Amino acid sequence: MKDSRFFRRVVVTAILAWMVLFAFGPNLLVLLASFGHSRGAAFVEPGLSLHNYLRLLEPAYGRILLSSLWLAGGVTIICLVCGYPFAAILARTRPPWRNWLLLLVVIPFWTNSLVRTYAMIAILNANGIANRLLLAAGLIQAPLPMMYSDGAVLVGLIYALLPFMVLPLYAALERLDQRFVEAARDLGATPVKTFVRIIVPLTMPGIVSGCMLVFLPALGMFYVTDVLGGAKGMLLGNFIRDQFLTSRDWPFGSAASVAMTVVMGFMLLLYWKSNTRLSRREWT
Amino acid sequence: MSRSLKIAYATLVYLFLYLPLVVMVVYSFNASRFSMQWKGFTLHWYDTLIHDASLIQAALHSLAIAAVSATVACFIGTVTALAIHRWRFVGRKVIHAVLFVMMMSPDIVIGISLLVLFMTLSLPLGFWTLLMAHVTLCVPFVAITVHGRLQGFDPHVVEAARDLGAGEYEVWRHIVLPMTMPAVLAGWFMSFTLSLDDVIIAFFTTGPTFEVLPLRIYSMVRLGLKPEINALCAAMILITAVAVVTTQGLLKERK
Repeated sequence: MKDSRFFRRVVVTAILAWMVLFAFGPNLLVLLASFGHSRGAAFVEPGLSLHNYLRLLEPAYGRILLSSLWLAGGVTIICLVCGYPFAAILARTRPPWRNWLLLLVVIPFWTNSLVRTYAMIAILNANGIANRLLLAAGLIQAPLPMMYSDGAVLVGLIYALLPFMVLPLYAALERLDQRFVEAARDLGATPVKTFVRIIVPLTMPGIVSGCMLVFLPALGMFYVTDVLGGAKGMLLGNFIRDQFLTSRDWPFGSAASVAMTVVMGFMLLLYWKSNTRLSRREWT
Repeated sequence: MSRSLKIAYATLVYLFLYLPLVVMVVYSFNASRFSMQWKGFTLHWYDTLIHDASLIQAALHSLAIAAVSATVACFIGTVTALAIHRWRFVGRKVIHAVLFVMMMSPDIVIGISLLVLFMTLSLPLGFWTLLMAHVTLCVPFVAITVHGRLQGFDPHVVEAARDLGAGEYEVWRHIVLPMTMPAVLAGWFMSFTLSLDDVIIAFFTTGPTFEVLPLRIYSMVRLGLKPEINALCAAMILITAVAVVTTQGLLKERK
């Protein structure tokens, strides 16, 4: 018995030590760096000032921040609106079919997003598939310049992130107890009312985690703008990367990263809230 | 929604998801170098890939990192899952919450925070730093997958083993580990794919001495469409698909 207690203590200490070193430690260092000053290449002078955060709000940088948030918000909403009915269809499909259809969503979910973003070039190119289809349909007379625009980045992000919205939504919709929906119908609720009052609240954890898995990467996936957007478009991710690797202003880059972590914290809070609200309802 | 409308909508979404991939794979066999016109079937681009020594080198680096980090992450992740499942101790809830937060963290936040850590410790960026970074990336996925599987267990089996005189070690070695094996293996394949697919974290945590495949693709892709890249990406998709099907098969066994 003494033996196993010792074993237990060693294991728990090792896990906690690992977490402190690779999870708490690095983030604490970034937080500390964000309060410091930049001195020369890749060097942080410790300090306790908020000037990096204030600089983030200056018009030149604030514009990047805002446009990135705006773009990520748009991507999230489009993925949610397109993904929700799709996930609902998947969840209502009968088992042998459903597993295959689900597998077809899981494969792109795990496929390298860079590879998938690259695949989008052949679609959006001047002589790409999209232009050829539009030309053949007679909708346009000359190829549209689709690449290297904000629209291309938007499409690329939606393409890369749609599976990340669909899978959590599917998980929530599959768990949804159909009896609640039937009860609402029987009590005379219209389909719209059933959807708003019953289905949406019951699948809220899936909605929030899907939004989180789309919104946060949509702020950070710098390669999408590199591949599809040229030099013009900029995400928060491009900005952070440039601060770390080009401008070598680590404190400033750290401040941007902390801002992103704060956004994540806010979304996690929403997730936990929707989750506990749901489990409380199940018990009463 | 009517049935045909549902089928039409689902087909449209699948078309959106797969059309670019199919086009890319088809063009990886196209004999024409510069145009999007079909000029006949060729394996030339795959042949070029195989004879590109530095590319093969990067691919081997990637496979090595993926295999080693998946193995290490499986070990740490499984032990963590078992600990939070079996024992009640101070900090248990914290560990659970931290795993979840780590899993949700955007890659860029993980990447730069580890870069800052490695610079603070003045470690040279290369194999070891990338390995540590990918282990950090993968552990939460393994731990949460294995923990999910453990939740479905019958606790009486462990109690019976205890009553028959098994110690902590025996219980782990002969009861808990065999029962969790499918989830552990699924976690391994998941980690392998995560590591192989990661661009952002590798971008910050590896150095010029240790180039991996996704970073190589990243520098190639910025130059636009090229048939060799099509072939390379098609190969990457194939590897991922195999790993995903294996993982799904392993996870399904529990039902």
